[in-house]
Amino acid sequence: MSKRAKALFLSFLSAATLMLVTGVAGAEESAWNLNMPRGVTEVSQAAYDIHMIMMWICTVIGVLVFGFMFYVMFAHRKSRGVTAANFHENLTVEILWTVVPALILIVMAVPATTALLKVYDTDNPDIDIKVTGYQWKWQYEYIGEDVKFMSELRTSQDEQYGRAPKGEHYLREVTQPLVIPVNKKVRFLITGNDVIHSWWVPDFAVKRDAIPGLFTAAWAKTDQPGVYVGACTELCGKDHSRMPVVVEVKEEAEYAAWLAGKKEEAVLYKSTIGKQWTNEELMAKGEAVYGVSCAGCHQSAGEGIAGVFPALVGSSIVTGPVEDHIGILINGVAGSAMQSFADQLSEVDIAAVIHYKRNSWGNDVGDMVQPIDILNYKQNQ
Amino acid sequence: MAHGPSENFFSRWLFSTNHKDIGTLYLWFSFAMFLLGGAFAMIIRAELFQPGMQLIKPEFFNQMTTMHGLVMVFGAIMPAFVGLANWMIPMMIGAPDMALPRMNNLSFWILPFAFAILVSTLFMEGGGPNFGWTFYAPLSTTYAPDTVNYFIFGVHIMGASSIMGSINIIATVMNMRAPGMTYMKMPLFVWTWVITAFLLVAVMPVLAGAVTMMLMDINFGTSFFDAAGGGDPVLFQHVFWFFGHPEVYIIILPAFGVVSQIIPTFSRKPLFGYSSMVYATASIAFLSFIVWAHHMFTVGMPIAGELYFMYATMLIAVPTGVKVFNWVTTMYKGALTFETPMLFSIAFVILFTFGGFTGMMLSIAAADTQYHDTYFVVAHFHYVMVAGAVFSGTAAVYYWLPKWCGRMYDETMGKVQFWIAFIAFNITFMPQHFLGLAGMPRRYSDYGLQFADWNMVSSIGAFLYGGAQLLFLYNVIRTIGWGKPIDDPKVWDGAEGLEWTLPTPAPFHTFSTPPVVK
Amino acid sequence: MGESTVHRGVLVKSLIGAVLMFMFAIFVLPPLYDLFCEITGIGGKTAGAYTATEIKVDTSRQVEVQFVATNNATMPWEFYPVEHKVLVHPGESKEIVFYAKNLTGKDMVGQAIPNVLPNNAADYFHKTECFCFNNQPLAAGDEADLAVVFIIDPDLPASVNTVTLSYTIFDITDRVSTQVSQLQ
Repeated sequence: MSKRAKALFLSFLSAATLMLVTGVAGAEESAWNLNMPRGVTEVSQAAYDIHMIMMWICTVIGVLVFGFMFYVMFAHRKSRGVTAANFHENLTVEILWTVVPALILIVMAVPATTALLKVYDTDNPDIDIKVTGYQWKWQYEYIGEDVKFMSELRTSQDEQYGRAPKGEHYLREVTQPLVIPVNKKVRFLITGNDVIHSWWVPDFAVKRDAIPGLFTAAWAKTDQPGVYVGACTELCGKDHSRMPVVVEVKEEAEYAAWLAGKKEEAVLYKSTIGKQWTNEELMAKGEAVYGVSCAGCHQSAGEGIAGVFPALVGSSIVTGPVEDHIGILINGVAGSAMQSFADQLSEVDIAAVIHYKRNSWGNDVGDMVQPIDILNYKQNQ
Repeated sequence: MAHGPSENFFSRWLFSTNHKDIGTLYLWFSFAMFLLGGAFAMIIRAELFQPGMQLIKPEFFNQMTTMHGLVMVFGAIMPAFVGLANWMIPMMIGAPDMALPRMNNLSFWILPFAFAILVSTLFMEGGGPNFGWTFYAPLSTTYAPDTVNYFIFGVHIMGASSIMGSINIIATVMNMRAPGMTYMKMPLFVWTWVITAFLLVAVMPVLAGAVTMMLMDINFGTSFFDAAGGGDPVLFQHVFWFFGHPEVYIIILPAFGVVSQIIPTFSRKPLFGYSSMVYATASIAFLSFIVWAHHMFTVGMPIAGELYFMYATMLIAVPTGVKVFNWVTTMYKGALTFETPMLFSIAFVILFTFGGFTGMMLSIAAADTQYHDTYFVVAHFHYVMVAGAVFSGTAAVYYWLPKWCGRMYDETMGKVQFWIAFIAFNITFMPQHFLGLAGMPRRYSDYGLQFADWNMVSSIGAFLYGGAQLLFLYNVIRTIGWGKPIDDPKVWDGAEGLEWTLPTPAPFHTFSTPPVVK
Repeated sequence: MGESTVHRGVLVKSLIGAVLMFMFAIFVLPPLYDLFCEITGIGGKTAGAYTATEIKVDTSRQVEVQFVATNNATMPWEFYPVEHKVLVHPGESKEIVFYAKNLTGKDMVGQAIPNVLPNNAADYFHKTECFCFNNQPLAAGDEADLAVVFIIDPDLPASVNTVTLSYTIFDITDRVSTQVSQLQ
């Protein structure tokens, strides 16, 4: 009985291995994915190759050792009438099975070393991007280009809590992806804003911890345009699983156009900061901003979580003087999880979301907050 | 001189200085903690059964993953093997009891106290610890819930318990071996525990140091792990893992020892390569001190450091491989029977080795860029800790229970329990390798749709595995209560060693006069 | 009688030994630790103040030095490098400036923590003057040009052509209350 079931397990192991090898695993969005992606950078391909080498070596050793064990379990069973031998040591054999594995290790160390040297080769980049991990979103800054934006999860609370069907990109979509050009060496300078996060893009084989107070570096030179999704890989609090990394790799011309577009956006934004928004415009924008940046803690209808995240419904700050309300968003609340959003949301977003909160869920303050008010607040502090 | 235990229930158990009773206390405590940690795991797997948040909130999920790890490592696995040490070491070396029986009592009784404090934090305002069992700063310092101080207190107490227990084991083995029992004649279980005890004495104080520095940073304005004050979050990781890596060998070495007792018995053949096994265990213990930063491959270490830790970690495969080959060669040309302890031990060898293979893959730092902090790591350590340490502990209970209570467990039920556990374990954790490779990080309360299928499979396996533990509990209780009485000292056909010369069940006091060992 | 004297003697010696051990830990170890750090340095962080000695400028190579600034947590100051990169010869002394402005209506104190990448460049990046050596008090609405003077050691490994000096600025107002009151 034991032999049969052990054989079953071995077949399962072989089948799984076979599937890994024959590339059933390859499909990116496949549900029954078995293997890591080969990726689109030299480093990711080196990582994949050495992963496969190691897996094969281990499989061969496993098949030999377990195969021998199954043979022994079959052939040397007492029920077969065998009598036990009495030998219990052999120096030659001990030396052999110490030295041979050590030699195998030395052989494996060579590709392992070359692969690691590639990971560390951050010199002479074409582009530098500062990546900052926040609770619970990423900030990307293009160094020397004056382009900086937050990248937050776009999936709605309704989808997460089962009140709406889950979209195709559930938990893998962001407000603004990172955009980089193909075939250029991009260096990522990674840090943390609050706790330790970690920035990972499997298709680039880039994973470096985002540690507050210091910077780590990684690089990628992609060989194929596309959209690549990654994740935060260091426990960072309650929404650790809700801060995906999305990178769009564009052809160089498209990238240049995109970058120019972002800069124009910034200029346009600055020049239209004085625009007066209507109630409907503010409410619509505010609802969108709220869903992405506030609902995670304060909940979809502003009800908060008792003892942890204050309710906004009927809150004295939200229904009180607008100056104080603006101050909370601009400066955060020291010693709490309420961050300062001055650096994360534009004046338009802040004005809209404040307006939305003050006029929703039964809050009926009725005042209007314009982007220029936020700018003035920041400048007059 | 020999007499039975105290008539009074409370003085017998509260004030026990008897290694057998204290061993029993440790074993029951560890099993209760195993079921508690398992309940946390059931909650985790139930939430991860499907994408989306169905049952619990993300903050609570983080508390569950944290407490699952803490309870299993410090409350279940470690005390279980201490319990086995307490029961078996004196009998195996021909000693009447442990060297320091009163300290032995203290070592045990502070544990329920520590865990009551730790578990009670789940009911306090702000919730229990939610920063992972590895509690990295600053998530566990500046951003921790108020209950973190209770967590630190609990860790200190658990550490003190382990240190005292280890001192006891070392003193006992060094001083109380029967005449004729030289070091190189000791059973391998005793060897692995002595080496483990030295590891514990060396690294538990380091853990105490780490949590004390945390305490200082949180409450007294120091900046050990805070860059603003000139400190470094990465320092925490170094100090923690300097403890943390030897810790995992502390968990597995006694398991190696158990399997080294059981396989020769059911092969009816002596352990192959005894001295080799001793030197391999000592090498593993030594190497375990100098590899800690392989848990930190993505932290931005200088390349020289990263290369060194990679090479040193790869090296551990050599002595570990030696042990596996020795177990297999013990079985070779034996006369094998497959009672439940043997089934669990063989499964240990196969599945622990499998976990060792994924460990080898993890040691390759460049590939680790893709594995680190994903479900691939979760799969790896569950293979070595559950199919490794837990299976070994289960094997030990089936193996020694008849000697402890004088009754035989139901063999058919034992085999059934084994197969359910074995199959369910693989259904639970094999898919987690795929999840990690496909890109699912660990400690995630929710995930994208492409991870849904394997998560569902894993959760089903987990519920099955939980059920298998309840069957195990039933078998044990049934055995102790009304199992078939057995009075053969040897119990098992191929059993060798001093403990198998004692009456079954073992009397309250044994070896009051030392046996002579040839 | 003799036994208890022996026990007492041992006890007294152990107690004195314990006191000496604690005194050693409290008074001797901290300076030893500082000495150790000075000699060995720490990966990714520079070794503190550097007194410039006669150093030959290596005109055969140039190193690109980049500057990156980031604010920690809720630190509300504006903080950025005035130039985001310069080209220097190893051995050449260079001054660059970071701009900081306290945007709030409260007096505050900041602390900048430096970091050098890549790690193997840290030992060769010498700061002779840096605003990070001390904390930075800034009154409400005040701004400052914060200088760094650095020299790259000519022994910088040939494989390094880009060095990044980054600063994270922290709000330490609560920790240094005496300094805040001095601003008034």
